Amino acid sequence: METQSTYNYKVVRQFAIMTVVWGIVGMLVGVLIAAQLIWPELNFETPWLTYGRLRPLHTNAVIFAFGGSALFATSYYAVQRTSHARLFSDGLAAFTFWGWQAIIVLAAITLPLGITTSKEYAELEWPIDLLITAVWVAYAVVFFGTILKRKVPHIYVANWFFGGFILTIALLHVVNSLEIPVSLWKSYSVYSGAQDAMVQWWYGHNAVGFFLTAGFLGMMYYFIPKQAGRPVYSYRLSVVHFWALIFTYMWAGPHHLHYTALPDWTQSLGMVFSLVLLAPSWGGMINGIMTLSGAWHKLRTDPILKFLVTSLSFYGMSTFEGPMMSIKTVNALSHYTDWTIGHVHSGALGWVAMVSIGSLYYLIPRLFGKTEMYSVGLITAHFWVSTIGVVLYIASMWIAGVMQGLMWRAVNADGTLTYSFAEAVKNMYPYYGIRLLGGVLFFSGMLIMAYNVWKTVSGAKAQDAAIPAPAGARA
Amino acid sequence: MADFVSDFWSYYVAILTVASIIGCAVLLKMMTTRKLAPEEKVDTTGHVWDEDLSEWNNPLPNWWRWMFYITIVFALAYLLLYPGLGTFKGNFGWSSKGQYDEEVNAADQKYGPIFNKFLQQDLKAVAADPEAREMGQRLFLTYCSQCHGSDASGARGFPSLRDEDWLYGGEPEAIKASITGGRNGIMPPQAQVLGEQGVKDMVHYVVSLSGRTHDAKAAAAAKEKFTTICAACHGPEGKGNPALGAPNLTDKVWLYGGSEATIAETIAKGRTGVMPAWKDFLGEAKVHLLSAYVYGLSKQGQK
Repeated sequence: METQSTYNYKVVRQFAIMTVVWGIVGMLVGVLIAAQLIWPELNFETPWLTYGRLRPLHTNAVIFAFGGSALFATSYYAVQRTSHARLFSDGLAAFTFWGWQAIIVLAAITLPLGITTSKEYAELEWPIDLLITAVWVAYAVVFFGTILKRKVPHIYVANWFFGGFILTIALLHVVNSLEIPVSLWKSYSVYSGAQDAMVQWWYGHNAVGFFLTAGFLGMMYYFIPKQAGRPVYSYRLSVVHFWALIFTYMWAGPHHLHYTALPDWTQSLGMVFSLVLLAPSWGGMINGIMTLSGAWHKLRTDPILKFLVTSLSFYGMSTFEGPMMSIKTVNALSHYTDWTIGHVHSGALGWVAMVSIGSLYYLIPRLFGKTEMYSVGLITAHFWVSTIGVVLYIASMWIAGVMQGLMWRAVNADGTLTYSFAEAVKNMYPYYGIRLLGGVLFFSGMLIMAYNVWKTVSGAKAQDAAIPAPAGARA
Repeated sequence: MADFVSDFWSYYVAILTVASIIGCAVLLKMMTTRKLAPEEKVDTTGHVWDEDLSEWNNPLPNWWRWMFYITIVFALAYLLLYPGLGTFKGNFGWSSKGQYDEEVNAADQKYGPIFNKFLQQDLKAVAADPEAREMGQRLFLTYCSQCHGSDASGARGFPSLRDEDWLYGGEPEAIKASITGGRNGIMPPQAQVLGEQGVKDMVHYVVSLSGRTHDAKAAAAAKEKFTTICAACHGPEGKGNPALGAPNLTDKVWLYGGSEATIAETIAKGRTGVMPAWKDFLGEAKVHLLSAYVYGLSKQGQK
């Protein structure tokens, strides 16, 4: 029944299920390209299956299809529940679901065909960019419309982060995608040279900062206190770290362009603001982990909390590693190496994927009138498989990256390079093997999840919960 | 050099940056409260969402506050010492260009004499020097192996340097000229001139030059055209011309492949081969050493 007395769970259900589906698809492509780095013949001499085309498909699928669907599902759920109001518009919400899925399908077709703007994380061509803009505006209307309808006076902290993420992504997407179409599937950026690089990495880093951080912090702020049954640790900390985080992130992009044609002053600003970003980032971790104080024992038995808290540990680790890598001296070693790949995946698998998985395990049974997943044991199995997977992945990439950096800079007594480039590549084999194993483990965790979700959902009746009166109104 | 179109933007950036960093400190200070007394319990803010979501009002952790302040102080200090605030260069006067020049100079000072020592010597003498050969090989692996292969045996479109076949001549000075100034090897497309049948015939004539089985009738039909068109570069007997880099067609070496289909493609569509010039990038001393190394390679092949 779609009435104002119930929450709109339909769109949440749709996005939640698609999160699992796209997670499997995106990670499978990741596993394939990881294998291609060891056995290049796995592209089967087919242009559509070459590394250069599948790599953007992998990043788009895991960030925007998997991560995006997770953010839509959890933000629609959390904003309704914490506003005590049904979504602002069921029609627009349905448009965001079908529009977003259409974008993903278009990406899955155009990227293997080689249709690309060649801007990292913004590869999709202009017609798809326009569709993204339309869906995103609808998303903002639904989200902020629901906030305006809220029955409680204050806006819950999770919604600050979701709101900040939605507004900023709109700005980033529009500015970075300004392009001049020359045909239906080809356009050229309006920027050129160092300015293009700067705009691209202003976008690229804030895609990390707002899509993959602020959005998922919103998720964390709803699902951790809910699953732990404890109040958020500190409202003050929320305020400081929220404003400092969203303000400081905006400046950090140039650290992707150290020692390039970008002017020195811009590089310096990118570096110092990345360092200032450390404390605001950790604010979120502290607030999430300390929310468990008094409930630590739950970690022993509750695999959902294990997922959520482990994700915060990885979040804390990568947000420490990031500022360190932005220091020019460190960057001179780490840049262009697999260390960067390791860093990204400690954030993407350890933080983004694990917080999403934990949240989905909380969310999915509730969307189908249940209180628990089909099997808690399988959640525990999923947790261990994916944790071991992430650890293997990032540890192998750290070693590989540092080794590359050192091999590239090693010189003989006469100043010639000690190693040719191919020698450094050859030395990567064992680590690429361990990375592949880590990826396969993480991927198999997603298959366990799919089975568990299937058993939970099949036969169950989709159920929309009634909207309870706000606490103050009942007191 | 100017990163800013006017002083205004320089001040704009500088003021905005400093205000932003100090703004973080002000926010932090504003939200700092007294420490909790021992045994003191904090209250929640009193707001409740979704039945049971609420927030404690704990003070900011001290260690975290100090970590935040330290990064702020570091940021301001860094911007005093290094370029960052508009056109202000920073007290250290550091620039990435300056650092690069310094490092290159230091490297030239340190390593220059090692290479210059060989520059005075004749290429054949350098080629015989074991130390020079080792240094030459290291340079080769860094700069040449991408196209010519780690063992210098070449690849399709990139000549082998181990054999006795030389497009531009195999004397030490000729090799050095190839590396110093680079080469542009151009075979013009002949599809228009020869026509479809003409290209087919010409393939037979070309393979006949190296004594391969061929259709004698077709080869004979193409002979005259070879003399008027191809001989200009490849010579009347097809033995090539090192002055133009025109390959010898009478041997068994094929730069782009020796199958009939490939030769037909080469004749019809032409080829463009580029060897980049290394003089400006490497300097004469390193080019000298590389030339001797490559010359030595072909001599080794002979043994």
